[in-house]
Amino acid sequence: MKMTKYRTIHEIKALIEKGETTYEEVMGAYINRIDQVEGTVDSFLQVLKEEALNQAKAADENKDDKTSPLFGIPYGLKDNICMEGVETTCASKILTGFIPPYSATVAEDLKNSGAVVLGKANMDEFAMGSSNENSSIKPTKNPWDPSRVPGGSSGGSAACVAADEVVFALGSDTGGSIRQPASFCGVVGLKPTYGLVSRYGLIAFASSLDQIGPITKDVTDCALVLNQIAGHDEKDSTSVDREKEDYTSYLQKDIKGMKIGIVEEYFGEGLQPDVRKRLEEAVEVYKSLGAQLVDVKLPTSDYALSAYYIISSAEASSNLARYDGIRYGFRAEGFDDLLDLYKKTRSQGFGEEVKRRIMLGTYALSSGYYDAYYKKALQVRTLIKEDFDKALSQCDVILSPTCPTTAFKLGEKSSDPLEMYLSDIYTVPVNIAGIPAISIPCGLDEQGLPVGMQLIGRDFGEKDILKAAYAFEQATKHHLNRPTLQEAR
Amino acid sequence: MKLTKEDVIYVADLARLEFTEEELGLYADQLSAILDYEEKLNELDTTNVVPTAHVLPVNNVLREDVVKPSLDREKALMNAPSQDQGCFSVPNVLE
Repeated sequence: MKMTKYRTIHEIKALIEKGETTYEEVMGAYINRIDQVEGTVDSFLQVLKEEALNQAKAADENKDDKTSPLFGIPYGLKDNICMEGVETTCASKILTGFIPPYSATVAEDLKNSGAVVLGKANMDEFAMGSSNENSSIKPTKNPWDPSRVPGGSSGGSAACVAADEVVFALGSDTGGSIRQPASFCGVVGLKPTYGLVSRYGLIAFASSLDQIGPITKDVTDCALVLNQIAGHDEKDSTSVDREKEDYTSYLQKDIKGMKIGIVEEYFGEGLQPDVRKRLEEAVEVYKSLGAQLVDVKLPTSDYALSAYYIISSAEASSNLARYDGIRYGFRAEGFDDLLDLYKKTRSQGFGEEVKRRIMLGTYALSSGYYDAYYKKALQVRTLIKEDFDKALSQCDVILSPTCPTTAFKLGEKSSDPLEMYLSDIYTVPVNIAGIPAISIPCGLDEQGLPVGMQLIGRDFGEKDILKAAYAFEQATKHHLNRPTLQEAR
Repeated sequence: MKLTKEDVIYVADLARLEFTEEELGLYADQLSAILDYEEKLNELDTTNVVPTAHVLPVNNVLREDVVKPSLDREKALMNAPSQDQGCFSVPNVLE
């Protein structure tokens, strides 16, 4: 059976309801696909074939009990999200062999919905990176062109969806780690408003920025997954207590009169010409749909990347202090005393990028530099948030590129950390402000690689970005473009 | 901002990390380049701007003081590289 038959959650559900397939058959097809392409893509750190197939069989037997649209659907879980009894490594050496004694709330939510984890998705170590090359296990490749990166840090999550190895995946986004790989892999990726989705059980990188979100093949699936994972969680003290919404109710084609903000600065230098062209075409699509284009300004967004790397590294240096070789994870051998144990364990256990960020964060928080770097970055954060508040009072959503370029070659930027950081220039400001944003496909570049468009909304404005994204998707069909990846070399 | 190898050693000590001579040079160069980029922040006047540590109003979250089962000892210890008599085992701290 061809994989194209099983594209999205809602299409699979329709086939099941018509009696044209079974959950076991669906799962079997995805397992076959993994066998075919995983050797090329390397999306997963672990595939749970047997357990998933058993759950699919059970789903067929318990069909009458199904209550959720995600029931029986195979998905990928980023390897920084804990699942009880299943090794969770954050693609690091220091956490290799770690078996969580509890599950993340999102993993519980999806389990309760009947969705089935088919694999733990590869990532940049501790979610630090924009290419997936920082995975200490293996780099994931882009299904559109395996000589290119899938983006990071949720590169495994985006690639496994794009390569049809699962129907959807969960990723985490600290500075663009869901949207940037979604853009590079031609899929839909949503970073929800900070506090909308519980972070309990997400291995922390930068706690004030991290947010879990869905990676899917279309906007409808995105709303379906968000319905399941959004909501208050008393186990996460930063989780926001607000009424549940049905995000599928906002999926409407009619967006007449919707105000779409355009930021001139976001279309300036450094933007790949054919990425700019696809975005300009997208603007025309919105005009034809009756949306109203509004010029807005984000004057401080130019400073967001600087503020981001200080804030995120400072929080990372603090969060990653817990990896000391005592309670879990790797412990170095041949140490003299406790301090030596800490130093050897951390130096041998962490990868290069993680150490670089711990160093930057420790420096920014150290005596004499705190005010100059950390406090300054937090003040700039205030200005960035104010900019967004002002811009989003003039429009419903802001349209921008997700990334300045399409997927780059493996190794192309890995020796220059600053160059790599620049690929997050349009996504980072959103995390700084805590607001939601989605990346959806808006066509291909001259080399046939996907281009992503970002739609940014107000606090808890998921309804607006999903509405705008859905209308565009229905009007253009760019989301139907698929990679030509066939089988492992 | 040019960091010296000595600066890197000082910060590494705070971060409980250690580097080879070659790594010290590399990190000094890379961190210096990143800090140079960070100088950009000084172009903005932030006098009287309140720092935002968190985008949400972060308050204490309290719950009823009810006794509930916690992680049992076996589970808490299951990932420890070394354990002894139900405790995490560490090298001698006092001689």
